[in-house]
Amino acid sequence: MNAIPVTEPRLSKVSARDVNVYYGQKHALKHVDLDIRPNDVTALIGPSGCGKSTFLRCINRMNDLIDTAQVTGSLTLDGDDVYDKNIDVVQLRARVGMVFQKPNPFPKSIYDNVAYGPRIHGMARDQAELDEIVMGSLEKAGLLAEVKDRLEETGTGLSGGQQQRLCIARAIAVAPEVILMDEPCSALDPIATAKVEELIDELRENFTIVIVTHSMQQAARVSQRTAFFHLGELVEVGDTEQIFTNPQHPLTQGYITGRFG
Amino acid sequence: MVEKAIAVTPAQAAASRLKQRYAAERRFKALGISAIVLALGFLALLLITILSNGLTAFVQTNIRVDVTLDAETLGVDPVKPSADALAAANYGQVIKNAMYKAFPTVESRPERRQLAALVSSGADVGLRKMLVANPSLLGSTQSVWLVADDDVDMAMKGHITRTAGAEGSRLTDAQLGWLDALEKKGDVAKKFNTALFTVGDSREPEQAGLWGAVVGSFFSLSITLLVCFPLGVATAVYLEEFAPKNRWTDLIEVNINNLAAVPSVVFGLLGLAIFLNFFGFPRSAPLVGGLVLALISLPTIIIAGRAAMKAVPPSIREAALGLGASKLQMVTDHVLPLSMPGILTGTILGMAHALGETAPLLMIGMVAFIVDIPASPLDPSAVLPVQVYLWADSPERAFVERTSAAIMVLLFFLGMMNVVAILLRKKFERRW
Amino acid sequence: MSDHTVKSYDEELAHLTNIIARMGGMAEAQFASALQALSKRDSDLAARVVAGDTRVDELEHEVQQFTVRLLALRQPVASDLRHIVAALKIGSELERVADYAANVAKRSLVLNQLPPVKPVAAVLHLAHLVQEILKDILDAYIERDVEKAIRVWNRDEEVDDLYTGLFRELITYMMEDPRTITACTHLMFMAKNIERIGDHATNIAETLHFLVVGTPIKGERPKGNTVDTE
Repeated sequence: MNAIPVTEPRLSKVSARDVNVYYGQKHALKHVDLDIRPNDVTALIGPSGCGKSTFLRCINRMNDLIDTAQVTGSLTLDGDDVYDKNIDVVQLRARVGMVFQKPNPFPKSIYDNVAYGPRIHGMARDQAELDEIVMGSLEKAGLLAEVKDRLEETGTGLSGGQQQRLCIARAIAVAPEVILMDEPCSALDPIATAKVEELIDELRENFTIVIVTHSMQQAARVSQRTAFFHLGELVEVGDTEQIFTNPQHPLTQGYITGRFG
Repeated sequence: MVEKAIAVTPAQAAASRLKQRYAAERRFKALGISAIVLALGFLALLLITILSNGLTAFVQTNIRVDVTLDAETLGVDPVKPSADALAAANYGQVIKNAMYKAFPTVESRPERRQLAALVSSGADVGLRKMLVANPSLLGSTQSVWLVADDDVDMAMKGHITRTAGAEGSRLTDAQLGWLDALEKKGDVAKKFNTALFTVGDSREPEQAGLWGAVVGSFFSLSITLLVCFPLGVATAVYLEEFAPKNRWTDLIEVNINNLAAVPSVVFGLLGLAIFLNFFGFPRSAPLVGGLVLALISLPTIIIAGRAAMKAVPPSIREAALGLGASKLQMVTDHVLPLSMPGILTGTILGMAHALGETAPLLMIGMVAFIVDIPASPLDPSAVLPVQVYLWADSPERAFVERTSAAIMVLLFFLGMMNVVAILLRKKFERRW
Repeated sequence: MSDHTVKSYDEELAHLTNIIARMGGMAEAQFASALQALSKRDSDLAARVVAGDTRVDELEHEVQQFTVRLLALRQPVASDLRHIVAALKIGSELERVADYAANVAKRSLVLNQLPPVKPVAAVLHLAHLVQEILKDILDAYIERDVEKAIRVWNRDEEVDDLYTGLFRELITYMMEDPRTITACTHLMFMAKNIERIGDHATNIAETLHFLVVGTPIKGERPKGNTVDTE
């Protein structure tokens, strides 16, 4: 059910129509219609188990890793059906990057962490181009100044906030169009969180970002559009300012003001 | 109405519970320590026994004799002897002549036989080598150290009594007398037993060595490694990462776990039936031994490999997949490198285990008496543990110490492999 | 104080200060024009002042909407919270100031139909004092100058004294020449409006003190206005 009329498909980067997800018998996501606007940050909020992470993982087909997961409905990226039989999942995941809740850099050097994606997708013809991509990504992630003298050290030796920014640099190195973030700051302290939020603000110039967060304050700070999920259903979606000053649906109002969930 | 005083106040009860708890902890610690002491005690007992028996095997009694490399006795042309002639010459006679010369008073035939018997029957090999290497020595008299007979060696080491006329002495009184005389002259000495490490097995203990068994073990383990490492790792990768999770894969997993516990002699029977009878591979060859050992080690490697791969956190896999890596890339670029230390440790431990396997190799015939050093995995050979078994079975007194020496060599190699496993593990250990 | 890690937050706070500054400038300008219209008996100017009040009202709506947005989306605390709440209050004060200036202009339209009366000078004298105070407090806001704010806060007594004196003067004048009653009554209301502008400036001073120091100004507000309570 939608309180706001659906955007024109060509104006939306990712489009979901009647998306359902089943984990075996459990109906985890019900009839979701949602449009993600390009170059905006869209936040998915809701209480635990409401389906927001499930929806996020449908977009880059990470749900394929779960044997019992079944996805129905239409989910398109720039008009292409993501679940089409002819779609190469590897290519899809190069277009739709992901940053996870717990920072998970590879136990390799910082350089190799960022270079891995471009290497496997053959994005650089020689070492110089690869260097450029790696440096550029670290720069965009706001990490270059802090690590430029120690690119050979392992990524796991950085602090939590730096590790997460490294994961973001790694994700943007493959030049995706969409970046999915699954509670990226939940393992970080407030200062590191602020740095990541500033980074997200800067990134949206070039990327479309969808962020799942259990902190609605973070959703308020960081996003332009907010979608509220509850028990597997999309309850309301709208401009963030409007959702947080004057939500239309009583469930939204109740969740945001802390009256339940 | 007088209330009896409460037997134990709450505070007292708490204190006594505390005391009981401490006492229980002390008892537990004592049990643990005594268990360790007991285990270490047995280990020490084992090592001391082996060392005390085997250390003497590393030296061998030699007798110094003045040997005249006389062309006539040797039966070769004195001026220009051919290489073949030199190789086939009668060095034994030369040695006998030298002994006779050392003790000119000995004249009767039986006595002379006894005198010659003081030197090992295989001592001519050393002389042959010397002359073939340097033919110009022909005709000269050299003072050489010759390997003594094993009875002499045992007498010198004190395992056989040297008192004349005593019970159980394998040397005649005359021999003992000559020995004393030689010793007084300083012509008897214990030298490092190079034969132990350079030649193959022999009926004569003083000529018996481990080298054949070492080479046989090396060939066998090489075959084992070549077969079971790729096979084991590939199986583990498939089962852990690619196989669908259904009843069949569960069944396979159960069977692999059980195979690790099957008595190894059963694998020997399998090897006998399939490799020898069906495929017709050569008996006693390291090829067959290696294949049988590979079958034994395979479950170990598969299980170790799976455990190592399970330990790689799913977050790493998700990160790789999220970047657009295919499943195979994810496995080869991330999971395998990170689980390699575990796999290697498991492999080395499996190899160390295989090094000491005896029963299955007995089944496929690697228990034969092999003198020559095997040149390829297809030549018949023995392996170290089997060699230990064979020597333990031999009647000669000198083989007792040599058995212990062989055990020490075997333990040394096992120890080295374990050390390598530990070093590898330490080197590649990573923190997530 | 250093910048926020999230730069857009700083930009938004600066925008808020900016709107208040513009409102203050507009209110000052309206007041000055109204006084000019009064002293020069310029009805056109007075009419423009009356019309111009809507722009100030629009700015006040903008301040209100923006502060609500900031409160909802930024969850401000500490100095940021005080800044935003202060902006809300000051916005509403300035809107009232502009309203009073427009009222003065409206009344001067009527005054211009009547023959000039002498006490206009005294009213202008009061007005110039209040103008000074208003300018001071708006400067103090931009500079976040607490000392200046406290000085402004203390000058309210001066305004009240002057107003009391002016009140008596007007009464006397009216008693002397009953033909001037209409004009003087209008002047009375104007004087009251101007005195209210002074009060609002004092309110802004209190809010500014709270913004910078974090606690309200201590002590009784000095009250020299004995007229309204007699």
